[in-house]
Amino acid sequence: MADDAESVVGNEVVEQVAHLARIQIDSDSVSNYASEMSGVLELAAQMDQVDTSLVEPMAHPVRAVQRLREDVVTETDRREAFQDIAPSVENGYYLVPPVIE
Amino acid sequence: MQWETVIGLEIHAQLATQSKIFSASSTQYGAEPNTQANAVDLGMPGVLPVLNQEAVRMAVKFALATNAEIGKRNVFSRKNYFYPDLPKGYQISQMSLPIVGAGVVPIELEDGVVKNVGLTRAHLEEDAGKSVHEEFHDATGVDLNRAGTPLLEIVSEPDMRSAKEAVAYAKKIHSIVRYIEICDGNMQEGSFRCDANVSIRPAGDDKLGTRSEIKNVNSFRFLERAINFEVERQIDILEAGGEVVQETRLYDADKDETRSMRSKEEANDYRYFPDPDLLPVQVEDELIESIRSTLPELSDARRARFISELELSEYDAGVMTSDRYTADYFEAVLQKSGASAKLACTWISGELFSRLNKEGIELNASPVDADRFSQLVARLHDNTISGKIAKEVLDKMWSGDATADQVIEQEGLKQISDSSEIEKMVDDVIAANPDQVAEFRSGKEKLLAFFVGQVMKASRGKANPGELNKLLQEKLKS
Amino acid sequence: MHTLTLAEMRSALESGDFSSVELCRHYIDRIKSQNEALNAFVSITEEQAMEAARVADQKRASGNLDGALHGLPIGHKDIFCTDGVRTTCGSRMLEEFVPPYNATVVEKLKAAGAICLGKTNMDEFAMGSSNENSYFGAVRNPWDNDRVPGGSSGGSAAAVGGRLVPACTGTDTGGSIRQPAAFCGITGLKPTYGRVSRYGMIAFASSLDQGGPMAVTAEDCALLLNEMAGFDERDSTSIERDKDDYVSSLGNSIDGVKIGLPKQYFDAGLDSSIATALQVAIAELEKLGAKFVDIDLANQHLSVPAYYIVAPAECSSNLARFDGVRYGHRCDDPKDLEDLYKRSRAEGFGREVKRRILVGTYALSAGYYDAYYLKAQKIRSLISRDFSQAFESVDFILGPTTPSPAFKLGEKTGDPVEMYLNDIYTIPANLAGLPGISVPCGEAEGLPVGMQLVGNYFDEARLLNVAHQYQAVTDWHTRLPE
Repeated sequence: MADDAESVVGNEVVEQVAHLARIQIDSDSVSNYASEMSGVLELAAQMDQVDTSLVEPMAHPVRAVQRLREDVVTETDRREAFQDIAPSVENGYYLVPPVIE
Repeated sequence: MQWETVIGLEIHAQLATQSKIFSASSTQYGAEPNTQANAVDLGMPGVLPVLNQEAVRMAVKFALATNAEIGKRNVFSRKNYFYPDLPKGYQISQMSLPIVGAGVVPIELEDGVVKNVGLTRAHLEEDAGKSVHEEFHDATGVDLNRAGTPLLEIVSEPDMRSAKEAVAYAKKIHSIVRYIEICDGNMQEGSFRCDANVSIRPAGDDKLGTRSEIKNVNSFRFLERAINFEVERQIDILEAGGEVVQETRLYDADKDETRSMRSKEEANDYRYFPDPDLLPVQVEDELIESIRSTLPELSDARRARFISELELSEYDAGVMTSDRYTADYFEAVLQKSGASAKLACTWISGELFSRLNKEGIELNASPVDADRFSQLVARLHDNTISGKIAKEVLDKMWSGDATADQVIEQEGLKQISDSSEIEKMVDDVIAANPDQVAEFRSGKEKLLAFFVGQVMKASRGKANPGELNKLLQEKLKS
Repeated sequence: MHTLTLAEMRSALESGDFSSVELCRHYIDRIKSQNEALNAFVSITEEQAMEAARVADQKRASGNLDGALHGLPIGHKDIFCTDGVRTTCGSRMLEEFVPPYNATVVEKLKAAGAICLGKTNMDEFAMGSSNENSYFGAVRNPWDNDRVPGGSSGGSAAAVGGRLVPACTGTDTGGSIRQPAAFCGITGLKPTYGRVSRYGMIAFASSLDQGGPMAVTAEDCALLLNEMAGFDERDSTSIERDKDDYVSSLGNSIDGVKIGLPKQYFDAGLDSSIATALQVAIAELEKLGAKFVDIDLANQHLSVPAYYIVAPAECSSNLARFDGVRYGHRCDDPKDLEDLYKRSRAEGFGREVKRRILVGTYALSAGYYDAYYLKAQKIRSLISRDFSQAFESVDFILGPTTPSPAFKLGEKTGDPVEMYLNDIYTIPANLAGLPGISVPCGEAEGLPVGMQLVGNYFDEARLLNVAHQYQAVTDWHTRLPE
């Protein structure tokens, strides 16, 4: 299965998708991911057996409409509790490596 | 070659709600970093968004104000990308089914011609946080207070053909959102932000050229400059045989130029899909009607009424409806003073505005409110004081709490309209200046002003100028 | 003590047969002695639990009960955020994550008086059918330690199956309550989507995830669901409707109920030992007055393909928040922002999670959205429609929970697709949002077998009653390993 499957997703696709998803993938495991992804996508291809051109997509099992919240502020400042569990903070800011705009 | 400029604008208006679009945190500007970011705003694991009804109402209000279609069933989608100011790794926005559909926004150009700019759509979404680059050594700080502030993104058709048109459109939208009180319009604080899509094409071509998107424009003046710079840049590229690259460019006001945003250079694939945490939003007809019934008379309609019913000139009507507060002020003064529209307008746009401009304050912060100002105009109207005295009274009102009547009373500034009193002063002046009287009578009529001045001096400015003129004419010509 | 059901323990506490302190002590000792073998718990909250038990006993003495679960010990799947207690979601990403807030389910059970003994192991971010995908190690099946307990709520199932705790919470996205319940010989209910709040339950696939109870009996599940269910203003997808009393309806007769048997559920893919067990169970239910009819769920075979697009797509977006910025794992010395993201996520997520994120990202990306994601949403409509039509003529649908009994550790780790096919009978209810329950109904090769009953939307009360009536005349649910 794996050999056939490699035709669905190649290494370069895995690399593009991994970049979009911001996940580092070691070069020696790229082809493994490619064949596993291909396996899943081949499974998904079974869906093509059915013509769905007239079917409405179902985004949600709930057949209701969005409930709306009143516009009231009820939250208080809990910065300390949230920043206690943050990897890097200073003066109330979350820190990340410098971003140049 | 003749080039035609094509501009479309994307305006982000922060909606003036108390709480955020999907959480109950405050939207107040200027708090300490991350003190107004709760678990939802921070994108903590497991927490969920719940939609603020006021954001929906405000978007519907905007649709009604622009005669736009209302997306009675609208859907929130996720726009996926990674950025430090975007805590969940996606922005909740609307894609294929926005809350506001197509509409039309008429703008008036400098030559008085009205042009209709197409509104493509307007959708609700959440604002991102802010990154701070200056305060830290070798790091960027992230403040998520702004994350989750409701935005209405208002997208126009590429209908504008010059920077001036783009500015006129942006100003019109600015005026509408403030008029219907859904956005404070504060551009310095980022409550109202414009992105411009700019492209050029050979005049007469139907096909659009490659566009660039200019971001970070925080005033109308900069918007005009940024577009003009960008148009010149694109013309230079094309005339040198090059190609315009589709990209996002940042306007740098200090250097007055746009430059490519390298950090967003890579082609993004936002992978929009319906947000499974939110259900479709249903805008019921009842809600639409209840919002319609509270909608204020809009600027354009009010202006037309000022012209047709109050007989203001087009120009004056435009000034009196430049924003909702001005129009309300004007109508309040008009109603309470009983004066003519022209008189009220002249005094608001003249003396009042020039004092405000000099001190750099907005009308809504004026030391003299509509109530007090209307009394001043009433005293002008019933001839209690002259225009000259009125300026003096306004000065006194400006620096204190006194009403116009109190100032007039305390300072004894009441106009003298009693003709016998004025007649006595006229007689005195004629008697004291026989040479000038002779000259006047021999034809030097310009001297009338001299006599007016002398009597005014004697009355300390209080003589009713109309009465005075009449008497002087009579006496000097007899 | 540990052979009692929750309902029996409740009576025993009421009549003073033992105290909450004694009860919790007994279970904590069992956890301490057996968890090494089972690896069912990732955190044991002994101190908090014993303190809570003391308080519960004091309150009881003064006649002041918190609620229906006063002083009863439970465990929480480590996907539910617990204020002040580490919540890992089975991931290195959250190895040290201590949330400053509770999930709604945690709040509600606490308010009802339940005492949390610890957090149970699970497949990382609930992605898995064998519990071999936990950063904290595989969980073992209490019936055979060489076998998997199922997943993703494998820790909860093993803990209840081995009576390390009488009941647990679980979550079910594609069978994660029902499948491990079947493998470990316990009863597990996935409620209707929207019945139980998802607030504070770490999201895997938001349109499929649903929390529910896992316990020894249907009655115990009803006791728990009574407290867990209900509208939550913090969850836009939770349903605003009156909740039923799931306990009081348990005495009703099931004479005349109509149960559909989908022909697709009894085909060649089903292990014969399971098919046999089901036939015996069907005969028992017939004796109770149930009527069986054959039904057709024509698009069931497409549920696994559709699920393995929809769930990864949603997970690729849901897991984007784990970026090493505000909480969770952060790589050492990131050289720039991209490096921070990519290495933190590469190090923090395990292989199955990464694989699903990649598949989901691909399925949503430009040019593939229509072929994969949109197509899967349309298949979802068809599957849902099949159920709606079936429920026009039947009250419940019966079938196997799993194609085979618990498999061996490592047996299916080589091929993700083979592992995915294990969810074939449980996934359809998630796609449609329907409630489903797995009930022990036999043994095969000395391992428990589960029977699945699927009900119509919000029909949990009747569903629990059918299971309860069945358990009143059978004893499979009372059997213990070794």
